[in-house]
Amino acid sequence: MKSSVIVFPGSNCDRDVAVALEKLQFKNQMIWHKETELPKSDLIVIPGGFSYGDYLRSGAIAGKSRIIDEVIKAANSGCLVLGICNGFQILTETGLLKGTLLRNKNLKFINKDVHIQVQNNKTKFSNKYKENQVLKINIAHNEGNYFTDADHLKEMKDEDLIAFKYCDENGIKNLNSNPNGSLDNIAGIFNSQKNILGMMPHPERMVDEMISNQDGVNLFSSLIN
Amino acid sequence: MKITNKIIENHGLKLDEYENIKKLLKREPNFLELGIFSAMWNEHCSYKSSRIHLKKLPTKGKHVIQGPGENAGVIDIGDNDAIVFKIESHNHPSYIEPYQGAATGVGGILRDVFTMGARPIALLNSIHFGSPDHVKTKSLLNGVVSGIGGYGNCIGIPTVAGETKFDETYNENILVNAMAVGHVKKDKIFYSKAKGINKPVVYVGSKTGRDGIHGASMASAEFDENSEEKKPTVQVGDPFTEKLLMEACLELMKDNSIISIQDMGAAGLTSSSVEMASKGELGIELELDKVPCREENMTPYEMMLSESQERMLIILEDGKEKAAKKIFDKWDLDFVIIGKTTNTNNLTLKFNNIVQGEIPIEALASKAPIYNRKWLKKNIKKNEINFKSLKKIKIEEALIKILSSPNHSNKSWVTNQYDQNVMCDTVQKSGSDAAIIRIHNKDKAIAVSVDSSANYCKSHPITGGKQIVCENWRNLITTGATPLAITNCLNFGNPENEEIMGEFKECLEGIKEACEFLNYPVVSGNVSFYNGTNKKNIYPTPVIGGVGLIKKLSKPISHNFKKNESDIILIGKTFGHLGQSCFLKENYSINEGMPPEVNLLNEKNNGESLLKLIDKNLILSAHDVSSGGLITALSEMAISSEYGAKILKPKKLTNLFEYFFGEDQARYIIEIEKHNMSKVENILKNGNIYFEKIGYTQQDHFEMDGEFKISRKDLFEINDKWYNKF
Repeated sequence: MKSSVIVFPGSNCDRDVAVALEKLQFKNQMIWHKETELPKSDLIVIPGGFSYGDYLRSGAIAGKSRIIDEVIKAANSGCLVLGICNGFQILTETGLLKGTLLRNKNLKFINKDVHIQVQNNKTKFSNKYKENQVLKINIAHNEGNYFTDADHLKEMKDEDLIAFKYCDENGIKNLNSNPNGSLDNIAGIFNSQKNILGMMPHPERMVDEMISNQDGVNLFSSLIN
Repeated sequence: MKITNKIIENHGLKLDEYENIKKLLKREPNFLELGIFSAMWNEHCSYKSSRIHLKKLPTKGKHVIQGPGENAGVIDIGDNDAIVFKIESHNHPSYIEPYQGAATGVGGILRDVFTMGARPIALLNSIHFGSPDHVKTKSLLNGVVSGIGGYGNCIGIPTVAGETKFDETYNENILVNAMAVGHVKKDKIFYSKAKGINKPVVYVGSKTGRDGIHGASMASAEFDENSEEKKPTVQVGDPFTEKLLMEACLELMKDNSIISIQDMGAAGLTSSSVEMASKGELGIELELDKVPCREENMTPYEMMLSESQERMLIILEDGKEKAAKKIFDKWDLDFVIIGKTTNTNNLTLKFNNIVQGEIPIEALASKAPIYNRKWLKKNIKKNEINFKSLKKIKIEEALIKILSSPNHSNKSWVTNQYDQNVMCDTVQKSGSDAAIIRIHNKDKAIAVSVDSSANYCKSHPITGGKQIVCENWRNLITTGATPLAITNCLNFGNPENEEIMGEFKECLEGIKEACEFLNYPVVSGNVSFYNGTNKKNIYPTPVIGGVGLIKKLSKPISHNFKKNESDIILIGKTFGHLGQSCFLKENYSINEGMPPEVNLLNEKNNGESLLKLIDKNLILSAHDVSSGGLITALSEMAISSEYGAKILKPKKLTNLFEYFFGEDQARYIIEIEKHNMSKVENILKNGNIYFEKIGYTQQDHFEMDGEFKISRKDLFEINDKWYNKF
């Protein structure tokens, strides 16, 4: 399985995700944002960080970058695309995913381990997780408060497009288990073809028992499945 | 422009210093030259009051590759790996503009580390604020924490440990000390010493603006009621550009194009160019019209004194310019050859081909003033505390007071604002004795911690100096790391005040003694004087940042209890010393007495024996006993775990307050499995170590029969309250 990690100036989880991909047997290459062609890949990852400093608005400039046209083309032809954290923000800026990420409700950067629940385990990204499985996973963002309009929310519910929801360790989803104020505790979503996943939590940080746990492993291994 | 006494004074120079300048130049300086002297001769850059004392610190050792005098210190951790680290203050700017002050403090220290070829792998900080009730504390804390987070999070280096403290001594002068740690291959370390004549001098990074002009001079004077006016001297940080600069520099460092590299920190272009030339015993010529500028019509004076951030000066090998420029083009950064090295031994500044200033390098560096300032021995008040005369309280009550106090409260409100996990090598983070950072792709790790004890240093500077080194050493040991070396940030008041100078000298004496005894050399550091406002000085606050090595990372040791019904052992003797204790301060507002005595022999033996126990895999958890005493340390072990503890009545000491709250040094609490007891006893007895079994872990409650009983949940909530309300 071939993967490409897009590197923008200011990306800072590019190495972390590359390490995770290689650990899980992907053949990975790093693609600099000034490239005009994407090598043929099965998976494109847009990593976390502060692309172009997140000046203007998180992900806004990256959403207009040269390489992103290629990402859009690939995505539209069915290539799998995973956007993590800033990558999720960028995907909403390109329109590949609907909705937007507002500032956290406490107006502060939040880094901690939270719990999320798998909402749909029948996708390319999640087929190795159990139904409604609760994962412990790290978040690190300032703008992770997902928002979308009522029609889109309904569409996501009707078509099972919500990937993960914030919850507590027992899977309870309420205000207390919602770290950033996201609409309906949403932590990650799919596009309608389910070949694109955007999520705020960092699965690449959860593949190594020495530093955390292995709750992120199945996301990457689902893709190989 | 005629140079008047007023102009000299405004440049922070004394009149006799000005006379000295004239002597060195054999003429009057012009305005530009005066500015350059003021930038190089101020306290912040010249270390003129501290230099003779700093020289006494031990700076060499088996592991030391580079001691003080470079951008950062370097130590050897084996297998061709080296660790580069340094701590630096950004106190004055952070008080005036907390967000930018703190952010650029982080940016500056990161540059010091990657300038040496190292990829930064961890950030730490020590931040001190005024009383929690002081009108400015809340906004300063908010601004500083967001500033530290804003910079570190964006550049993508984890902020893994630190301390946040409050005391009214910092009401008008907060402390913001940032430490950065990097990893480099031993054969790929870069230094600032220039070599060779006619080599291109290259300017890379951000453009030069008018921000931060005279920033270093600001940090070399006390504050007064007009300090707010100094806002324009605070620099503005751009972590995004720093990230690009870091990646570009590290990319360029892969081959051998760089002769010498220096970041433009305090006093910007001036200090970086002078530093490189001075170390290489060369001259340097700059054509200032080539300097990339952010604003129009900038004068040579402004360019030379600007402290715009995210800039570097590089001396390249001949013929490497094109390849190097390509790298900086890739990262969209300026890359301009602005001068060359010369054999004149002068700093020569040209603008539009006309020489605007010319100063012998040595006049700015080695001939800068050095003062042996007058100092007063500390007048030690040996007043005994009459414990019996104090209002009676319950143990539980006193403990709650401590655990809910701002200084001991759970600090996740602070640390959750820092990305502690990026880079995916953070094995253990804030909230433990020390953070553990794995060396990427290896099975070894380093442990890092920063510590300070201002009240100990105030009451008895020599003991305080010793104690803080020991506490830092203990914090590393509890993770199983062998402490290797330290960096120090010496925050003091006005050195022209003899008492303050005395505090400085005596604290350093203590630091020196402890470092020598523990074989724990100082490899880098920074001095921040003039932390005072209107003649009121802060408590002496040396901050120690230590780095230790965990050779083989198998099971990291942390301080939370791990199992039910395991034995709890206290290593080290309890005398019940309450002077300067947190117990007296939080419960009775008493700041009296002497700090606890430091016995370096016990420190060394106890610490090394604990390392043996860890090495033999006999330890479940370990925690050092410091501020708040035994009971506070035990509570911390319970709060962060799923277990409580039952503490037995002590056999000797009868006063339970002394037993529980005394801050005697050289003590550790360890948790061990019952069946390992005899093995542990053997090792400790062989090492001649004093130890006692003080209790065992249990479900839920933390208690001593007939004295106190608190549930673990309550302990957690008590400890978690303050910041959440804040």
